[in-house]
Amino acid sequence: MSDERDDIKLDEVRGIESGKRSDNTAGILKEKRVLSEPLSDVEARKRMTGYSRRGFITGGAAALIAVFGWRCMPDETKANLLRRSLEFDERVAQVFYRPTRLAPEFAPESVSAPRTNGMEGLEGEFDPASWRLSVGGLAGRNDDLVLTLDDIKKLPVTYMVTELKCIEGWSIIVEWAGVRFSDFMKAYAPKTINGTAPDVVNRPTELVPYVSLATPDQKYFVGWDMPSILHPQTLLAYEMNGRPLTPDHGAPLRIASPTKYGIKQLKRIGRIEFTAERPRDFWAEQGYDWYSGH
Amino acid sequence: MPKQIEYKHPLAIRWMHWINFPLLAMMIWSGMLIYWANAVYGIRIAGYEIFHFFPAWFYETLGIPYRLAEGLQLHFFFMWLFAANGVAYVIYLAISGEWRALLPIPSSFRRAGQVALHDAHIIKDKPPQGKYNDAQRIAYTGVILMGAGSIITGLSIYKPTQLAWLTALFGGYGWARWFHFWLTILFVLFFLVHVIQVILAGWSNFRSMITGREVVESGEPIAAEQEVAA
Repeated sequence: MSDERDDIKLDEVRGIESGKRSDNTAGILKEKRVLSEPLSDVEARKRMTGYSRRGFITGGAAALIAVFGWRCMPDETKANLLRRSLEFDERVAQVFYRPTRLAPEFAPESVSAPRTNGMEGLEGEFDPASWRLSVGGLAGRNDDLVLTLDDIKKLPVTYMVTELKCIEGWSIIVEWAGVRFSDFMKAYAPKTINGTAPDVVNRPTELVPYVSLATPDQKYFVGWDMPSILHPQTLLAYEMNGRPLTPDHGAPLRIASPTKYGIKQLKRIGRIEFTAERPRDFWAEQGYDWYSGH
Repeated sequence: MPKQIEYKHPLAIRWMHWINFPLLAMMIWSGMLIYWANAVYGIRIAGYEIFHFFPAWFYETLGIPYRLAEGLQLHFFFMWLFAANGVAYVIYLAISGEWRALLPIPSSFRRAGQVALHDAHIIKDKPPQGKYNDAQRIAYTGVILMGAGSIITGLSIYKPTQLAWLTALFGGYGWARWFHFWLTILFVLFFLVHVIQVILAGWSNFRSMITGREVVESGEPIAAEQEVAA
């Protein structure tokens, strides 16, 4: 049975190679076949045994090394490898990052039903009336500047209808109103790396490279890289879907930005600090990507 | 009857084929860890969901729940290896000329139909073929395109702001995730059919993906000195 089939197959190969058959894909695409000289049964079997031994030993060894290498890798080594991989991904993302690339904006009618997820930093007693924003790491001072919501609202307002993407995989369209973080930084400029006078607009790379944000109770905290927070669609938001923020959406002031997952868009900001050191990050400490950048 | 040994699969193709197996497996596994966190897809007929991806027993049996962070770490590590292997494979096909054995042409679709009818024992004649029949050409080229699709839809949900134009191409973030998911289901279906076909094709065919070689019957006589040697 199988001999007959192989026989037919080889006839086809010859027909294709000699150009006799042009009614098939292999002939039309000029497929090449590589055949040994004719061999006796014994010789063919002998050669195949040699090829098999070599192939299965090499393949088996490679498979064993791969499986045992991965399975027996100490947890710490594996965790390090995966964390470094995320950091590598971050560096690649930053090489290709351009602040001029914007997330799509939608019509206000396309706003989705709001959705909340996680209450970290939002539990416990909170009095909106006595809320103040502390800002550390500003140029020309060592102590925190303390601001009220009215101070923030004096800055130019920006509206945007963008898609909020949760790291879980869902997304909703939200209308935001607030102050561009870049506008906030123009009014309250951070320190520079070398202590020179800051120029947020023209020399942003001289600024300290990180921003730390935390809730008033400091139970939820995130770190941002300077390019992402300077993105024109990163807002210090105080309104959502046309109304002042409600407590579960981060009243009185939160981050809203389509440049990162929701885990980075801290609600109920208590303190902002501009810093040269990479800030701690609540979810990064749970194994999530520190950068989480879009 | 004399034999000839055909060198079917170059070494590079064999390595890339087998390396792809664990890489794709890791991408699918980590993808499931991620998908669990927002498991919204199902098969619906007339508004009624006949199958949900995935049933609770499926997640529990495999130990999938609450491993989103791990899934993302694995996905964003193995993605480089998966993409690099795929790109290397395509480059190799292009420069080695192996694409001639793999790509379909428009009339391949007709012949692929005949292959299917032949495999189903409905027609006796098998259409002429090279190393692969036309159904294989379509399937193997299709799976390369699926790989490219997975990378592109993956990128569009990985960087939906920096690559907003790409995400828009798929109809937005939600749809890009939908395409990414269904491409994965197609990969799983490809894998199942592929394994069944390999089993049906037999040992000699399977071994050729490891040794590169397969013995075929020869119509030509053996040279005299060889016959003596044997």
